[in-house]
Amino acid sequence: MIDGDGDALEPDRGAVQATVSHEPLPASAEIVIIGAGVIGLSIAYQLARRGLTDVVVVDRGYLAEGASGRNGGGIRQQWSTAMNVRLMQRSVALCKEFATELGVNVWFRQGGYLFLARSRREVQRLEKNVDMQNALGVETRLIDAATAQDIVPELDPTGILAAAYNPSDGILFPWPFLWGYARRAAELGVRIHTHTPVTAIERGRPGFTIVTPRGRIAARRVVCAVGSWTPEVARMVGVEVPTWPIRHEICSSEPLKPFLRPMVAELASGLYCSQSMRGEIVGGVTLPGHGPDRSMASSLEFLATYARRLTRLMPVLRDVKILRAWAGPYDQSPDGNPILDHPPGLPDFFLACGFVGHGFMMAPVVGELYAEYLTGGERHELFAQSSLGRFHGASAADIAKEDFNLG
Amino acid sequence: MSGKIVLCRCEDVTLHDVEHAVARGYADLEEVKRYTGFGTGPCQGKECLGPIACALARLTGAAPSTIAPFTSRPPMQPTPLKLFAADPAAHHFADEEDAP
Repeated sequence: MIDGDGDALEPDRGAVQATVSHEPLPASAEIVIIGAGVIGLSIAYQLARRGLTDVVVVDRGYLAEGASGRNGGGIRQQWSTAMNVRLMQRSVALCKEFATELGVNVWFRQGGYLFLARSRREVQRLEKNVDMQNALGVETRLIDAATAQDIVPELDPTGILAAAYNPSDGILFPWPFLWGYARRAAELGVRIHTHTPVTAIERGRPGFTIVTPRGRIAARRVVCAVGSWTPEVARMVGVEVPTWPIRHEICSSEPLKPFLRPMVAELASGLYCSQSMRGEIVGGVTLPGHGPDRSMASSLEFLATYARRLTRLMPVLRDVKILRAWAGPYDQSPDGNPILDHPPGLPDFFLACGFVGHGFMMAPVVGELYAEYLTGGERHELFAQSSLGRFHGASAADIAKEDFNLG
Repeated sequence: MSGKIVLCRCEDVTLHDVEHAVARGYADLEEVKRYTGFGTGPCQGKECLGPIACALARLTGAAPSTIAPFTSRPPMQPTPLKLFAADPAAHHFADEEDAP
């Protein structure tokens, strides 16, 4: 039992409160969050914690159906922009408290992240990042291949020039993260309606009416947290969002005795792999040359490429069996950074998209900052920096481009 | 021992686990798969999908014909990395000495 609330804690089955509701939709809400992925649920929970419980979350499918349920669960502070490093420092701190605070085991394990460089150019990228990360208090070290092999003895060091290692990065199991946020948010009064696609959004004065096949909800404010589906939903209020879906594949092996402590990632191929708490090797690789793709199909090209790179890096894994492969959509933004805040001219409609495959690890801190903002607290500098308007104005050049969106 | 009915032997998922998922509101097969972990082990659902679908039909009152199987994941059976690694479908990166 993943969420640990089986027999022992809940002897009376009748006492189990449904997390996702199958009741009729409420007629109105202060805030409707579209999208019950990790971003939407994190915002919902953080709003409820601050006392704003008149919140409804709607989702076209089920929890964990989109990218939030399809990612590798990596949580790292090694980024190329100071903003992302600082955000992820906070996210890691929140992840440490998650199990206690949300009452669910997310199998969070800080085994570190090991980034491997195979060219001088890649080494220079790591060097630059390490200096910046150290200045912010992240203890990333630039190490040689032999030291990397001390950390992961199974590595073939051939061709590895250097590596960046931060021991406080880690991994978690994504699904319970969603159930944890959803369950506690529901306990605090948030209503979560899955299998409720939004078909139209009508503009009111003020607010909006959210139209679904299961009914209509009058919303004072709307948060759009639908990942790679954002362009379609934003268009319902006349807003063009310049993100696009990129199919990203991933796979999982048979369970093995624990041996691999850090997440290992290669800059040259975008290969990454980690060992989950269930013992499986979970990982992916970059497949160059693929354009926008809404499909979630798996391909032999992926499994072959992943296997080729992984067995080259860790030859000992040659006989390990792959159990399953699946795919999910990255929400690619033009500059690799998220899009937050309200679009120009639409003060009650808030975007949270463009996380380029890293929304999961950003969600804890983004939920906190968004809830703070939406409840009248501080508007963190992240929002000004992440506005949709940056793609249209002179400020585009001022945005630090994130070039560490790997995997 | 009393009443413990294992429906997914790979991942030790019991009938009670399925009942609990339904009580939480996670009532379709894909949701139950994720909430209980059934079908994610070596058999990938080949053994347990039917029994769990039957349990779900009984617990939710849904007609069995309306319960679609979950998306099956490749490969068809557990397959060693070395077989995939030798497949010509693999992309070759610039740093591979034997790149074409």
